[in-house]
Amino acid sequence: MKELLKFITCGSVDDGKSTLIGHMLYDSKLIFADQERALELESKVGSTDGALDYSLLLDGLMAEREQGITIDVAYRYFTTSKRSFIVADTPGHEEYTRNMAVGASFADAAVILLDATKGVLVQTRRHTRICSLMGIQDFIFIVNKMDLAEYQESVFLSIEKELKQFIEIFPHNTMTVIPVSATVGDNITKASEKMPWYQGLPLLSYLEELELNRSGKEEDFILPVQRVSRPNHTFRGFQGQVEEGSLRLGEEITVYPSGEHAKVARLLAAGADTEEIVKGQPVTICLDKEIDCSRGCVITKHQVPELENMFQVTMLWMDDAPLVEGKEYICKLGTKRIPARIVKIEYKIDVNSGEQVSAERVMKNEIIVCTLLTTEKIVFRQFSENKALGGLILIDRITNMTSACGVVERAIKHLDNLSWQVTDITKELRERQLGQKAATLWFTGLSGSGKSTLANALEIKLTEMGKHTMLLDGDNIRLGLNRDLGFSEEERRENIRRIAEVAKLMNEAGLIVLTAFISPFAEDREMARSIIGDDFVEIYISTPVEECERRDVKGLYKRARTGELQDFTGISSPYEVPVHPDILLDTSHDTVERSVSCLLKELKEFL
Amino acid sequence: MKTLSHLDKLEAEAIYIIREVAAECEKPVMLYSIGKDSSVMLHLALKAFYPEMPPFPFLHIDTTWKFKEMTQFRDRKAKELGINMLVYTNEEGVKAGINPFDHGASYTDIMKTQALKQALNHYGFTAAFGGGRRDEEKSRAKERIFSFRNAEHAWDPKNQRPEMWKLYNTQINKGESIRVFPLSNWTENDIWQYILRENIDIVPLYFAKVRPVVYRDGNIIMVDDDRMRLFPGEEIQMKKVRFRTLGCYPLTGGIESDADTLEAIVEETLGAVNSERTSRVIDHEATGSMERRKREGYF
Repeated sequence: MKELLKFITCGSVDDGKSTLIGHMLYDSKLIFADQERALELESKVGSTDGALDYSLLLDGLMAEREQGITIDVAYRYFTTSKRSFIVADTPGHEEYTRNMAVGASFADAAVILLDATKGVLVQTRRHTRICSLMGIQDFIFIVNKMDLAEYQESVFLSIEKELKQFIEIFPHNTMTVIPVSATVGDNITKASEKMPWYQGLPLLSYLEELELNRSGKEEDFILPVQRVSRPNHTFRGFQGQVEEGSLRLGEEITVYPSGEHAKVARLLAAGADTEEIVKGQPVTICLDKEIDCSRGCVITKHQVPELENMFQVTMLWMDDAPLVEGKEYICKLGTKRIPARIVKIEYKIDVNSGEQVSAERVMKNEIIVCTLLTTEKIVFRQFSENKALGGLILIDRITNMTSACGVVERAIKHLDNLSWQVTDITKELRERQLGQKAATLWFTGLSGSGKSTLANALEIKLTEMGKHTMLLDGDNIRLGLNRDLGFSEEERRENIRRIAEVAKLMNEAGLIVLTAFISPFAEDREMARSIIGDDFVEIYISTPVEECERRDVKGLYKRARTGELQDFTGISSPYEVPVHPDILLDTSHDTVERSVSCLLKELKEFL
Repeated sequence: MKTLSHLDKLEAEAIYIIREVAAECEKPVMLYSIGKDSSVMLHLALKAFYPEMPPFPFLHIDTTWKFKEMTQFRDRKAKELGINMLVYTNEEGVKAGINPFDHGASYTDIMKTQALKQALNHYGFTAAFGGGRRDEEKSRAKERIFSFRNAEHAWDPKNQRPEMWKLYNTQINKGESIRVFPLSNWTENDIWQYILRENIDIVPLYFAKVRPVVYRDGNIIMVDDDRMRLFPGEEIQMKKVRFRTLGCYPLTGGIESDADTLEAIVEETLGAVNSERTSRVIDHEATGSMERRKREGYF
């Protein structure tokens, strides 16, 4: 019976990863003949001396072949007499860190390449850090290009020493270091004759011998419920994959979060009846009585699992859009999907140096430690104890992007009263009582474009129609709630953030909110949209700057032209035109009345 | 404690994926091409839900040029198992007389790619399981298990969603759909070993038998019916052949073989010197042809 080992290969751009794997497959005569023929042909095109370029076996996508880099994970498969292997070959560039993390989350072991002539680089540290974060325990460092270092033991030893010091910060990990030449083929599948001083195994033998399924302590039984099977009235089975331990017929189980008990009446593993199920198997469990159990619940045997709704999480941000504190995402943990927010960013971890740095903005490929709050208590484990109940992803509700992945470090007990209260009277109830649908009509456009005039006229109209509204005016807000804010970039952002939060609260109360702010930056409007959510309606008043300046109701354009006013939107500061506004309106040629009736027509689908 | 073999692990992964789609996706369908990979996928779907039947229908895109033995097998299996088997053909293509002899690459586009898009739109499926494997072709080697398609069914290889651990993100917007490949991590050898282990019923064309064939451009093409056009100088020969992959008979090359039992096929495959897609004629057009077609919506 052959076992399966999944491993990842990483290293920086020209450390020769693809060459290493290509060579491993080639040497083991594992390449099918026609691919080999194709390789020879393609390689002749790509190199001058007609030598084989093993990396061409692996770089799959056309764009990559043209650029000569590997932007996404490529999976390769091979079998030896001892084991089956799946290799996730991952990109080295910092820009593609998230693709590397995809490969790492899939793997049991990491093969990390270094260039013997360059030693331990920041990339080496970054890759090790990400592999460790994703839960890999076994590290195999390959000191490649030993041929270029004239196979000197001293070169190898100094790199090995540095690696050993570095790895001490990852207490859960094991490591080995192997000197290799991927282009020549030293210590890949067979021991190198040029490095007799190396006593260890060549890479492939090491991968064949690596111990799998190490588990020291007695394991409890854990099954996150994937699906309830109920084909008819007589059968009710809970489907899922066993994540820990084993379970036998007749044993008693407990379901969480309900805490109800029952006995196992029938067990199926991969569709066949059985007396015992074990870790890794896809199973169906039938119980001796009806209990409250659905997708997202967890079945266990003895241990009472922790239930919590606030966690410290180490997270890799993967979205092109920056993280928004307080925004609601969908969190998936195990088989549970639940709304969640990042309520506090503790700090950023410099992906290269490992240092903690303060985090104002969190961008793609950055690692942070933060506090995550879910809308209800869920079953979880520390990631280092159980990957299945400790790993999570966050999904953006609007773009559906997998914005982040994270690992639970610990639960945070409720010290600071940050719990998210679920109230009995919901927004839907309030809306029903008011007989309307809540919305935030976010007017944006240049000064003098007609935002305030229109918002005011529209509110009058809506009120006449019996709607309940609230108009948020820039000056009024700045005189009260935002009295402490000035006009620096940071304060301007904060101004918009608070307005969005206020609008959201009013939407929760069932009100239709109208706001009229220039809000010239797409990023700020995007932030408002993400805070307010589905109720956000972006109305772009597209009156051209020439017309606005002609109107110049408050005389501001004149002052901006003379330089008296700095950073004036449209004159000396940019206005970023909304790309896909929900509603677009030019007031140049229409009366206020006609513009309002035009708006009302467009608003039908939102109100 | 008992540990799982590599086939057990691959089986567990596939079943997890299939159940995840059934639990989270609005309207899934399993594409069924009648080939060995589809047979394995069907078998896994049955195992995943037993004793319940798979909670989704199966869909076969019929180009009208499949081997007769394939369609017979399809109808027999559907009846035997009691599964809901939908069959869809691009009728406009049939009316226009599109065929593999005169229309080459556009035949594949119209009768397979377009037909698949039409069928998915027609039934409103939001997720479709496919039997694709990453070891088949370079561009597949980089595709995620859950692969997203826009409203035009196109794939954007540069912008794939990260897929972490087994936390699959199944969220899509209206009009978008997902292709799901539960066999992503299986190799051809795994497929055959699993068929052997589980004794899975497969189309007889996989077994060597004396069949009427012609030799064309290095491929062995079977003369399955009288629509087959012969080029000058070609003559029909009776040869003992079998097929490693199945598709439309004029586009599917066989190999000369004596392997007429599952054991013999597995033995032959384990020692195989040609990777299986060689015998699919369309892949040879240009390097990267598979990726190009997939961007356009080919499965």
